[in-house]
Amino acid sequence: MLDEGPLIWMSDALITLATIGIIVVLTYFKLWKWLWDNWLTTVDHKKIGIMYLIAAILMLFRGGTDGMLMRAQLSWPNLHFLNADHYDQVFTTHGTVMILFMAMPAIIGFFNVAVPLQIGCRDVAFPYLNAISFWLFFAAAMLFNLSFVVGGSPDGGWTSYTPYVENMFDPGPGENYFIVSLQITGIGTIATGINFMITILRMRAPGMTLMRMPMFTWSVLITSFIIVFAFPVLTAALGLLLIDRDFGAHFFTVSGGGMPMQYVNLFWIWGHPEVYIVILPAFGIFSEVISTFAHKRLFGYAAMVVSMASIAILSFIVWVHHFFTMGAGPGVNSFFGVSTMAIAIPTGVKVFNWLFTMHKGRIEYTSAMLWALGFIPNFLIGGLTGVMLAVPPADYQYHNSYFLVSHFHYVLIGGTVFGVFAGLYYWWPKMFGVLLNERLGKWHFWTFMIGFNVCFFPMYFLGFMGMTRRVYTYPAGYGWGVINLIESIGAIGMGVGFLIMVYNIVWSARFGERDTTGDPWDARTLEWATTSPAPEYNFARIPEIKGRDAWWLMKRNGESINGPKDIPFEPIHMPNNSGRPIIMSLFFFIAGAGFIFSWWILTIIGLLGVLVTLAQRSFEYDDHHYIPVEEIERTESAAGRL
Amino acid sequence: MKPSGRRLRGLFLVVGLSMLALTGCGTGKYIPVLSPQGPVARSEYYLIIWSFVLMIVVVLGVFVIYFYMLVKYRARPENKDYVPPEIEGNSRWESIWTIIPIIIVIALAIPTVAVTYNLVQPPKSAAATTATKETPITIDVISERWKWVFKYPGQNIETVNYVNIPAGQPIDFELSSTGPMNAFWVPALGGMEFAMPSKDLKLWLEADHPGTYDGRSAQFSGRGFANMTFKVNSMTQAQFNAWVQKTQQTAPKLTKQTDDQLQKPGLVSPMTFSSIEPE
Repeated sequence: MLDEGPLIWMSDALITLATIGIIVVLTYFKLWKWLWDNWLTTVDHKKIGIMYLIAAILMLFRGGTDGMLMRAQLSWPNLHFLNADHYDQVFTTHGTVMILFMAMPAIIGFFNVAVPLQIGCRDVAFPYLNAISFWLFFAAAMLFNLSFVVGGSPDGGWTSYTPYVENMFDPGPGENYFIVSLQITGIGTIATGINFMITILRMRAPGMTLMRMPMFTWSVLITSFIIVFAFPVLTAALGLLLIDRDFGAHFFTVSGGGMPMQYVNLFWIWGHPEVYIVILPAFGIFSEVISTFAHKRLFGYAAMVVSMASIAILSFIVWVHHFFTMGAGPGVNSFFGVSTMAIAIPTGVKVFNWLFTMHKGRIEYTSAMLWALGFIPNFLIGGLTGVMLAVPPADYQYHNSYFLVSHFHYVLIGGTVFGVFAGLYYWWPKMFGVLLNERLGKWHFWTFMIGFNVCFFPMYFLGFMGMTRRVYTYPAGYGWGVINLIESIGAIGMGVGFLIMVYNIVWSARFGERDTTGDPWDARTLEWATTSPAPEYNFARIPEIKGRDAWWLMKRNGESINGPKDIPFEPIHMPNNSGRPIIMSLFFFIAGAGFIFSWWILTIIGLLGVLVTLAQRSFEYDDHHYIPVEEIERTESAAGRL
Repeated sequence: MKPSGRRLRGLFLVVGLSMLALTGCGTGKYIPVLSPQGPVARSEYYLIIWSFVLMIVVVLGVFVIYFYMLVKYRARPENKDYVPPEIEGNSRWESIWTIIPIIIVIALAIPTVAVTYNLVQPPKSAAATTATKETPITIDVISERWKWVFKYPGQNIETVNYVNIPAGQPIDFELSSTGPMNAFWVPALGGMEFAMPSKDLKLWLEADHPGTYDGRSAQFSGRGFANMTFKVNSMTQAQFNAWVQKTQQTAPKLTKQTDDQLQKPGLVSPMTFSSIEPE
C-alpha cells in the first residue's frame, strides 16, 4: 500500500475522506435509523432495484475512470503515465467491474424495478432471498474494489486465463480478489435467476398468459434461464482456480498435469451466455420504449419471443468462437463459426421488428427513445462486425486486436449501456415519482453517443493496423498515435456525457417535474397503472388481465386499476423487513477476505457466520405481516385512486 | 430538433472518412492486415473483404429503413391528433427478413468453411516469385517470458526475437510456450495462432517477396507483453541459404548459461546461435 505511488495514495485519501464524510452526514442528520429501517433491511423489490441501480451507476463511474486512465496512457506513443503493472491492473478491473459490477446489477436492478409491476403481482417469489442476492453482490463489489488499495488489483484480464493467473506467474492476493468476489456475486446472481424464473412463471396476475406478458418480462424470463444454466459453470471454474491458487492443486497448471485449456473452455461456456444475459434485458427495455414512444403495439410479438429464445439457446453453442486461434481443428472451428453467424438471424428479425414497430407510428423523441433509437445503428455495427469475427480465418487476423475491442464495446455499450440509460429515463418517474430533465437528457445522449463513436469506431482501423489489446504502450512509427489520440478525445466526450447524467439526476431530484399521474408517457404496460412511486403493495387489488399491453386496454376501456368501486379491499399479506441479509453478506465478505489472503481463521469465522445466519432464518416463524384495509384506503385515496 | 438520423449519418461519414485519410488510405506499411504479403494472409483478406461486402449490404438496407421511419413517422405538431393503428405483425414481411439473413449467412458460411479447411494445409504458393519448390521448412517457435525463441531443427540454428525465412516457400511454424500463453501474429503474412505450454500448435505462413514484417504477441502474458515483438525477415532462397551457412559457421553455440538467461522473465535484444540445444 505504501509503495504504490501518488495515484493510489490520492485514492486512499479520497476514499477515507468520502467514508468519513458519509458517516458524519448520516450521524449529523440522524439518518442511521432511517437508512436501516427503510433501505438496508428492506425486502421490497422496488427499493432493492433502486439500490442495484445506484450501485451500478457508482460502478460505472469506477469502471469509466479505469477506462479514462487507459485512454490517457494510450493517447500517444511511449507515454509513461501508468507503468505496465498499473495498466494491467486497470484494464483487468475495468473489464470485470463493467461486466460483473456494472452491467449485471444495472439489468438486475431493472428486473426488480419493473418485473413484479409488469406482471401485476406484489413482490418477487422470494423477497428475503432477493435481499440476500443484492447484499451478496454489494459485498462482492466492495471486496473487489478494496483490491485496488489493499494488496493490489488482479492483473490477468477480465478473462483471467490460466496458466498466467496461476501462482507461479502471478503471485499475490490480486488474482484472488477476482476469483473470490466473482464467486460471491455469482451466488447472488444464481439466486436472482431462480427468483425471477419462479416469479414470472408462478406469480402473474390472473389472465396474464405467457403470450400476454410485456416484452421486458419475457426477456427477463429468458435471461433467468440463461443465468441458471450458465452461472454454475463459472462457479466451478472459479472454484477450481481458487483451489489451485490457495491450496496448490494443479487443475490448470501444466507442471502438475493440469490443462489450461480446460479453464478457457469453462470460462467461455459461462462467458458467452453472460454477454446475452446483459444484452437480452436491454432488448426488452428497447421493445418497451420503442412501442411506448411510437405509440404502437410491438410489431411481431411472437417472432420477438421466438427470436429471443433461439438467441438464448444458440448462446450456449458458440463459446469456442472466443478461441478459434487456440488450435481446435477446422471441423470444430467451422461448426462454431457457423453457429455464431446463425445468431445474426434472430437478431436481425428483432431489429426489423423494432423498425416496423415505428412504421405508421407517431415517434416522440424523448430521452429514453433517443437511447433506444441510438442503439439500433450502433448495435448494428457491433453485431455485424461480430459476424465478421465469426469467420474463423478472418478471426485469425482480428483475434485480440483492437478490431475485437471495438466490436465488443459496440455491442456492450451500444446495446447494454444504451439500454440501461433508456431504462433509467423511462422508469425514473416510476422509481422516484420525478421525471428526469429532457433537455439535459438530450445533452447526455448526444455527448455520450458522439463521444462513444469517436472513441470506438477508429479502433476497427487500429485492429487492421496490427494493434493488439492490453498493450500498455507502443512505439512511434506504426501510425497508431493520432488515432489513439482521437479515441482518447472521444472518451472524454463519454465522460462529459456521464457527468451530465449525474447532474441531471441531482437537478431533477430538486426541480424535476413531479409525476402525479403514474403514467407520464401514456405507456402500455401494467407498471404504469399504479402510482409513481408504487406503494409498498404495488396494486391495491390484483388486476384482471384481458390482453397484451394490459394497461393500454384498460385505459381504452375506461377501467380503473382498482376495479369496480363497490368491492371492498382486503388486507394485503407482505413479507417483513430483515437485517439478516446484510449481516450474512458481511460474513461472506469476511470469509472472502480470508480466502484472498489465506487467513484461515477469518475464513472459518466468516463461513460459521453464514451458517448461523442461515440457521436463524429457518427458525424464524414470524416473517410476514398484513397491511390493514384502512391503510390501503388511506394510501389509495392520497393518490386519488378511490 | 433536426432528425437524429441525419446527424448520425453525418457523424459516421465524418469519422469514417477522416479515419481513411489519417491512415493514408490503405498503404501497406500501416495497414498490414489489408495489404497481405503472402498466400495465407491473402486468403484471409479475401474472406474479410467478402464478409465486409455482405455486412455493408445489411448496413445500407437497415439504415435506409431506419432513417425513413425516423423522418416519416416523427411526431409533429401537425399530426398531434393522429392515432397510430395497432398492428399485430405481418407474416409475409417477417418471413422476408428471416430468409434474407439466412441467405447472407449461407453466402458467408460456405467460403468460410472452405478456407478454414484450406488453412490447415501448407499454402499453395500461386503468386510465388521463386520458382523452386523445396520441402517446407519447419521452425519451432517457443514463447518465453517475454521473448520469442525460434529453433530451426533442420538447420541447427536458434534465433531470438527475429526469424529469417525464404520467400515463396511455406513455413511450418510449430508453436509452444514455456510459460503463460502467447499468440504468434505476423499480420502481413497471416492470422495468429496461440503458443501454449505442453501443446504444439501448427501455423503455416508464407511470404511472397523478400521484405521485413512486424510480428508480435497478441495474448496478454504479463509485464513485458507490450514489448514482445519480433521481426520476420523474408529473403530470397539464395540469401537464406547464405545466411544459414554463415550462421552455422560464425554464430556462437547456445550455452547452458544463455539458455537459463532466456528462460528468466525479461526482455532481450535479437540473438543468434548455431545450436538449438544448450551445451
